[in-house]
Amino acid sequence: MTVLDPAQVGRDAAPRRARWLAVPLPRAARGRPALYAGAGLLLVISVLCLGAPLFTSYSPTEIDALAVLVTPGSGGHLLGTDEFGRDLWARLLYGGRYDLAIAFGATTVTLVVGTAIGMASAYAGGWVDAVVMRIVDLFFAFPFIVLVIAIIAALGPSLRNMFIALWIASWVGYARIAHGQTSSASRYGYVIAAGCLGYSRRRILVRHVLPSVLPFVTVFAMVDAVGNVLLGASLGFLGIGIPQPTPEWGSMISGGQAYVLSNWQLSLIPGLALVLLGVAFSLLGDGLADLLRAKG
Amino acid sequence: MGSSVNLRWSRVANLVPVLFGITLVSFLLLRLVPGDPAQQILGNRYTPEAAAGIRRSLGLDQPLLQQYWLFIKGAMTGSFGESYQYHRPVGELLLDRTGASLMLVGLTAIFCAALSIPLGIWAAVRRGGLVDQATRVLFTLGFALPAFLVGIVLILVFGLKLGWAPIGGYGNGVLSHVGHLVLPALTLAIPFSTVLVRSLRSSTITVLEADFVTVARLKGIPESRILVRHVLRNAIGPVAVVFGINLAFLVGGTVVVENVFSIPGLGSLLVGAVSTRDYPVVQAVALVLAVFVVLVNLLTDVVHGLLDPRLSVGVQR
Repeated sequence: MTVLDPAQVGRDAAPRRARWLAVPLPRAARGRPALYAGAGLLLVISVLCLGAPLFTSYSPTEIDALAVLVTPGSGGHLLGTDEFGRDLWARLLYGGRYDLAIAFGATTVTLVVGTAIGMASAYAGGWVDAVVMRIVDLFFAFPFIVLVIAIIAALGPSLRNMFIALWIASWVGYARIAHGQTSSASRYGYVIAAGCLGYSRRRILVRHVLPSVLPFVTVFAMVDAVGNVLLGASLGFLGIGIPQPTPEWGSMISGGQAYVLSNWQLSLIPGLALVLLGVAFSLLGDGLADLLRAKG
Repeated sequence: MGSSVNLRWSRVANLVPVLFGITLVSFLLLRLVPGDPAQQILGNRYTPEAAAGIRRSLGLDQPLLQQYWLFIKGAMTGSFGESYQYHRPVGELLLDRTGASLMLVGLTAIFCAALSIPLGIWAAVRRGGLVDQATRVLFTLGFALPAFLVGIVLILVFGLKLGWAPIGGYGNGVLSHVGHLVLPALTLAIPFSTVLVRSLRSSTITVLEADFVTVARLKGIPESRILVRHVLRNAIGPVAVVFGINLAFLVGGTVVVENVFSIPGLGSLLVGAVSTRDYPVVQAVALVLAVFVVLVNLLTDVVHGLLDPRLSVGVQR
């Protein structure tokens, strides 16, 4: 079994600059629309969420019994209110902080740890390598979300444990990619030469092998970030992620499901936000893959 | 034929350590529980006697290796202890819930084939055309599309506005089951098909450039017949592999979708067991789903081998 090859994903998904994309772009963005569109989108979402108090005067958790299920635009509520009279726009902005935290928090840790384990394992070789890679295979046998839910079940549902579960379950992707790249890099001439010069193993790994591993794991990290955002939101939706009444896009979508016929915006607007965040990372990944392929 | 049999046997032999490892991971899940599992389960109903009873039923009073042995033995015979939430043997619960999940996965696979085979071929034949461009955009979106959101949109449009399909539950009788599973299966099939369409497109393009297709054209065989008899047959193999690779993803999706549509399957059983600390259920469902993924992967390999007999020769490791 192999993982979804990020290079392949990028190649297939990267648009050959479709004609409808031929809008005027800033000079730097020409030729790499995906990269800059992704980065721009992510920046906008981050600014809106982190600077939430600047863009709304409502509290995301304050209940207003007099303004329940207000329609968008009326009563001073830009996107209306939910079944508890909480302002949807405020909940959207504050809630996004958690989704961003999952995207960055879950992804960066596993990126570093998984890459380190994969490289170390490949360089160690022998039975250590065999054991580590069998463990990696095992993790891949489990559907990712099932493993995460099972770990959360064991640890008890909470924000901290959700992160721990994501860390435990998702380092393996990086380990597998880093392992493969390290194995092939250790056959390259310059790596062998560095060994002949008597450099320490650590120096060779960090200074000579890492640069050829990094592009692959970075591109994969963008794919992984999309997965983590969706998973975090799924857990929120299932009610086993971030506990109520903390706003989080997944749990907001779930909360709105009961009112979908009369107030569809309660579910669909956080859903749209989620899709936009996912698309931002997807575009970023495609752009990075293109960039690195052009370089390599 | 001899070598193809060998290949299959070596795949089956590989299965043993994987299945063994899956039982180990499921077993170790209980070890992750902080502190005393009996206390976690009982909460404020804690009495020393009740705790001792739970420890005995979980096998926690035995030495670790003994516990693992009992767990494997139980898994082999389908006995996973008793659920604390339902006060029934977990094996029975699994039997009750597996049907709905299997049917959901099966129906999703059918929808995936129905959606992705025509679209994939169309995108390959009319390269750069409308279908090609549209599926390319959807492919980028497909990764970022949460299943529960697709589900809610389908509920809103086809369930509530148009009233074409039930919006949740499972119904009684096979036909009613299928009816209730149409929207959930579509929910899973739409994002999943975006991946399959792109992969079928690229494998179809490769096959279209092969010499035997040119020969077939020169012989004057109608294009539609070439596509179905010559191209699809050869292009579908790699897609089966992509399907296998992403199957775990699909099974994970059923966990969420079963909860969106309140389907009594394994996924909703798992999620329900989290808040009630029903550890035996969590262990058993994780184990069953992982084993399912591994077995279907084996099946797709075998099917791929049947579709492309070349693979049966000389692929032995």
